Amino acid sequence: MPTPASSRALPAIAVDPTNKPYFDAAREGRMLIGLCKDTGKHFWYPRGCSPFTLSNNVELVEAKGTGTVYTFTVMRTKEPYCVAYVELDEGIRVFTNIVDCDLDEVKIGQKVKVVFKPTTGDSPPATMFTPA
Amino acid sequence: MSINGKAYIVGAFEHPTRKADNQSVAQLHAEVAYGALQDAGLTKDDIDGFFCTGAAPGLGPLNMADYLGLTKLRHFDSTDVGGSSYVMHVGHAAEAISMGLCDIALVTLAGRPRAEAMATGTAPRTWGANVPDDPFEMVYGRTVANVYAMCAMRHMYEFGTTSEQLAWIKVAASHHAQWNEHAMLRKVVTVEDVINSPMVSDPLHRLDCCVISDGGGALILAKPEIAKSLKRPLVKVKGHGEATKNQNAGYTDVTFSGARWSGPRAFEEAGVTPKDIQYASIYDSFTITVLMQLEDLGFCEKGQGGKFVSDGNLISGVGKLPFNTDGGGLCNNHPANRGGMTKVIEAVRQLRGEAHPKVQVPGCTLALAHGTGGLLGTRHGSATVILERE
Repeated sequence: MPTPASSRALPAIAVDPTNKPYFDAAREGRMLIGLCKDTGKHFWYPRGCSPFTLSNNVELVEAKGTGTVYTFTVMRTKEPYCVAYVELDEGIRVFTNIVDCDLDEVKIGQKVKVVFKPTTGDSPPATMFTPA
Repeated sequence: MSINGKAYIVGAFEHPTRKADNQSVAQLHAEVAYGALQDAGLTKDDIDGFFCTGAAPGLGPLNMADYLGLTKLRHFDSTDVGGSSYVMHVGHAAEAISMGLCDIALVTLAGRPRAEAMATGTAPRTWGANVPDDPFEMVYGRTVANVYAMCAMRHMYEFGTTSEQLAWIKVAASHHAQWNEHAMLRKVVTVEDVINSPMVSDPLHRLDCCVISDGGGALILAKPEIAKSLKRPLVKVKGHGEATKNQNAGYTDVTFSGARWSGPRAFEEAGVTPKDIQYASIYDSFTITVLMQLEDLGFCEKGQGGKFVSDGNLISGVGKLPFNTDGGGLCNNHPANRGGMTKVIEAVRQLRGEAHPKVQVPGCTLALAHGTGGLLGTRHGSATVILERE
């Protein structure tokens, strides 16, 4: 029997002065990722310093928004949901949910694309993924 | 500088309660501290070093030092890396003693998540405000269970590990727990029992998960001259290693743990190898935690953990590596959701020859205790100690 993704109510996201640009872009339907300009390497999660050099020579750049499932699990609560790490085409692995599909059919290596899901009140949407 | 031989564990006490309806957390700290002092043959005012974590009530060590009446302290440490903290505290206490910062150190842990009806593993929880990763994880329903489950899922994918192999870890723990009168789950279970128990978070079943319990424990470490003046068997700290592992800036690999780094540091300091270890206390928040740590500590090759744990290889008297002979977190207890303390205590029992006769490893002189604290698949602390009966 399939396990449809539930419409679990999503909590508000704690936006702070450093991560605000990421969430502002999410409101516009764009997924950003960190770029260290010292090394040219992408990083996750977005932050105000480079996790490679610790300098603040970083910026947020737009991701293609596509990737593959690196690993996942279906949390078998009353409203089941799928937690996953998705490996973006840019090479970084992002903590997320897989939604809008039969959760029993999710597979490691499966191709997925970004979707944005509303959270609580004025809080920005959550960056999630669905089968591509 | 090495701590090998510079400090001894002279007192150890595990609280017998598993549900503390009638004791506060502070009182539990007092009871375990008193128990460990009685075990060591020391008194409160002998203590000049104190170790606890953020799980202790109050600001660092301050409120507990007050409650316990510790008036002679000249060294304290509240390093908090979750359940692995207490294994790490053994190393830190040995370092402090070896440097003359204190002579007799007390380490305490206590908590009552069961009495407080805490959904430890299945409800999203975090550690305070302003945590920078929370905005990128909590909205996704991150729980303890699902972060460990993702490690198991990927381990199965890469190495062919099976649910049946993971189940053997629980089976072994249950074989040990049947002899422990304090254990929460004393019924011996089978591989089928585990894989037929309800799924919590694929591929982890209910019986792949540890218990939620109240209680706690305490340890006392002392410098060699003091240890040798006491009447208890001598348990020497021989080596210690610690590490943190995290998402590596997005280039994360969830198939290994920080034991890959803390383990070799401890073995090098102790001057021994995994094959010398006669008993191992291995953190068992979930079955997958045990399997990955065994691989990363070098008890078997990476990816071979499933084969290693199968067919009773972790059962005392049956397999090659007796583990968690008190029943561990999977069957005995997991006080305050932090299992590092009881890992050290059971290793001390084994080295003293004071484990239950049905699970005592004959002539046990070299033991390892290892902890993973925090979340295996996001960020965790890792601590390894190697202890020797002298």
